[in-house]
Amino acid sequence: MPSLAWSILLVFAPLSLVTIGGGQGAVADMHRQIVDVHQWMTATQFVDAFAISRMAPGPGSLLATLIGWQIAGFWGALAATVGIFGPTAFLIYGVARLWERYEGARWQRALETGLRPVAAGLILAATYILLQAMAGGWIARSIALISTALLMLTPVNPIVLIAAGSGCFMALRLLGLI
Amino acid sequence: MPDAKPQRLSPLQLFLIFTRIALTSFGGGLSGWFMREFVQTRKLMSEEEFLNGLAIAQALPGVNVTNMAIWIGYRMAGRNGAIASFLGIVVPPAFTVVLIGSIFASFSQYPLSHVALDGAASAAIGLSLAMGLTAARRVSRKLFPLMIMAATFVAIGILQWPLLWTVAAAGSLSVAVTYFDT
Repeated sequence: MPSLAWSILLVFAPLSLVTIGGGQGAVADMHRQIVDVHQWMTATQFVDAFAISRMAPGPGSLLATLIGWQIAGFWGALAATVGIFGPTAFLIYGVARLWERYEGARWQRALETGLRPVAAGLILAATYILLQAMAGGWIARSIALISTALLMLTPVNPIVLIAAGSGCFMALRLLGLI
Repeated sequence: MPDAKPQRLSPLQLFLIFTRIALTSFGGGLSGWFMREFVQTRKLMSEEEFLNGLAIAQALPGVNVTNMAIWIGYRMAGRNGAIASFLGIVVPPAFTVVLIGSIFASFSQYPLSHVALDGAASAAIGLSLAMGLTAARRVSRKLFPLMIMAATFVAIGILQWPLLWTVAAAGSLSVAVTYFDT
């Protein structure tokens, strides 16, 4: 593996360990490391890569993979991916094993029960922030709420909702309404 | 019926499920997809079991989505299940993002592609919101947990405090109180 790829790995691996939640928090740190500290990309290139990672399906943190690819090709992409997902993958794996071994222990139930309200608050907060920041104003918010209701009340397949949301927006754009 | 455990999926099946979710989940909301797939559609995990895993995956460092995939994979099929699930949620979309990045120059000329994506994202928020509401509904109806939930929401959603410290503080307080309370 070329030395640039090793450097990329060493930049992303620590970021992995401070990532929490959806991984959005790590984007600012990535920007600082990639654009300011190492100057591997310009700010514009970084913003473009961010936009593409949002457009692609799958975890948003694949932004790291795309950055690695653009800096150093295949080995760069591999190094960035292993860096951003690797260390914490081992961590959660270790915890999953501990969980199985001590199934039902008092500390385990306390952790599960204690962390659940925090997780619920986190998910709702993240959703709230997304709803506020969403392009498309009240139409987008209505689609989000209709989609929520359908998911909670019917066995609809999410892909149908996503295609419908997408189709709705395109139709409205073609009619000049948004 | 108590949680019976005939729920074994092979690592290959897990890989294919996560790959399918990864490649169709335009606009985000992946953990919501997981809940849909494993709890509601396939009924391989109880809502309780899923939400416990989600709480751990959220509180530990690492991207929620991959944490949750590894957690589910391990519970379904042990070590190989964890590896297969991780590879399924990361590798195929990694190739996709590079592919899209490589053709972006031509892709971006169509403003409609952005509109399509915004529409997909607005529907995908429904997945996260439905999961958040399910999680909130399952928080025990007592003052302390409800206050912890509200405080976390306000700190992150409204005051925009740093995630890491908020989770560390609210999490340790909540776990400590729960531990000595039971």
